[in-house]
Amino acid sequence: MWKKVYDWIEERLGLKALYDNLLDRPEPKGNWWNTLGSASLFLFVIQGLTGIFLTVYYTPSPDHAYDSIQYIMNGVAFGWLIRGIHHWGASLMIIIVFVHMLRVFVTASFKYPRELTWLIGIGLLLLTLGMGFTGYLLPWHQMAYWATTVGTQIAGSVPFLGDFILKALRGGPDLSALTLQRFFAAHIWLLPAALAGLIGVHLYLIIKHGESHYPSRDE
Amino acid sequence: MSGSFSRRDFIKAATALIGGVIGVALGVPAIGYLVDPALRASAKEGWVPILKLEDVPVGKLIPFSFTRVQVNGWERTSTTFGGYVLRKSEDPKDMLILNSRCTHLGCTVNWKEDAQAFICPCHDAKFSKEGAVLDGPPPRPLDRFEEFRVNEAGVIELFFKAG
Ligand code: HEM
Ligand code: FES
Repeated sequence: MWKKVYDWIEERLGLKALYDNLLDRPEPKGNWWNTLGSASLFLFVIQGLTGIFLTVYYTPSPDHAYDSIQYIMNGVAFGWLIRGIHHWGASLMIIIVFVHMLRVFVTASFKYPRELTWLIGIGLLLLTLGMGFTGYLLPWHQMAYWATTVGTQIAGSVPFLGDFILKALRGGPDLSALTLQRFFAAHIWLLPAALAGLIGVHLYLIIKHGESHYPSRDE
Repeated sequence: MSGSFSRRDFIKAATALIGGVIGVALGVPAIGYLVDPALRASAKEGWVPILKLEDVPVGKLIPFSFTRVQVNGWERTSTTFGGYVLRKSEDPKDMLILNSRCTHLGCTVNWKEDAQAFICPCHDAKFSKEGAVLDGPPPRPLDRFEEFRVNEAGVIELFFKAG
């Protein structure tokens, strides 16, 4: 019975070919260090899901941002859990992405034909850091406020363009409602969309080239 | 390992199992989190003092108002309610407490002495002294606060329900 249903659907969808090529593809002998990219991907998905849930109650306005987070922590069932995962997941994701990059560097997997995978990886690292930077402001408490003041100030020290960059980041010369709103937009729309796109190309390249294998002694 | 259960099968089963456990461990709280506001008791009901009985002469409409504060998540909204008390006789039970919220679309009606009617400023509805619709679009008479009492201090109180 189930076999019939499965066959009927499979005949029309034809997902088995995709499954065989994407998930059942042969891999060279590796070790746990080779799982860190998948771990990064898992964290990206978890951050995405918990982030979407947080927007159900969070409000990016200077009057209410802090209160809305207090409400998530104390007023909503499991709010502490959802926020906790998002909060700690953010730091963990940066660490994991970074260690993933270190392993690619140590095993020299960035060489031909994987230079592009590496370059896109750099984009992924920068975007992940950008997520951390923009997300940190959102609770709008003292620490967040001053961290962003300092962070944008540093970006503003670029020669010639500095003043423009600072104003573009802050949406004006000072931190304001505009800063919070644009950091929010970047954190939930712009950066995740860019991340998702680049992750797609990253994964495509990994499947196209297969994983690099560790050279044996005779090679 | 011999037999039909290969290493691959083990990995697949383990992935499905761990994935399922994580899915349930996160999915159930996630649903609770989403529907939480629907499970909370809404604004507290309670007795609200409005006027002193001695300040309400028999046969005359006397306006009153009171404010309720509702906490919605991180925000508090205070809503003002108003109405009129009409004592029909000396008996303190023989009293009519009208809500001045128009039953058409919710504007506040005002008693106009010269017209001897409640007039709604929004779409010109007219209600009688006892709240019956005389003219205009409202679908039903003015609402009444049905539950009221006079406490020991001689103050009229009405029972406020949310909604
Ligand atoms: C959001 C962040 C990232 C995600 C989701 C991600 C995902 C993945 C996945 C699933 C793999 C498969 C192999 C493995 O897990 O080791 C991989 C491989 C690879 N990644 Fe990433 N990655 C990220 C960031 C980076 C960064 C920051 C770099 C370096 C700048 C990088 C460079 C590479 C390269 C060169 C490979 C191929 C390795 C090989 O073939 O052995 N990735 N990535
Ligand atoms: S709201 Fe009163 S007449 Fe329309």
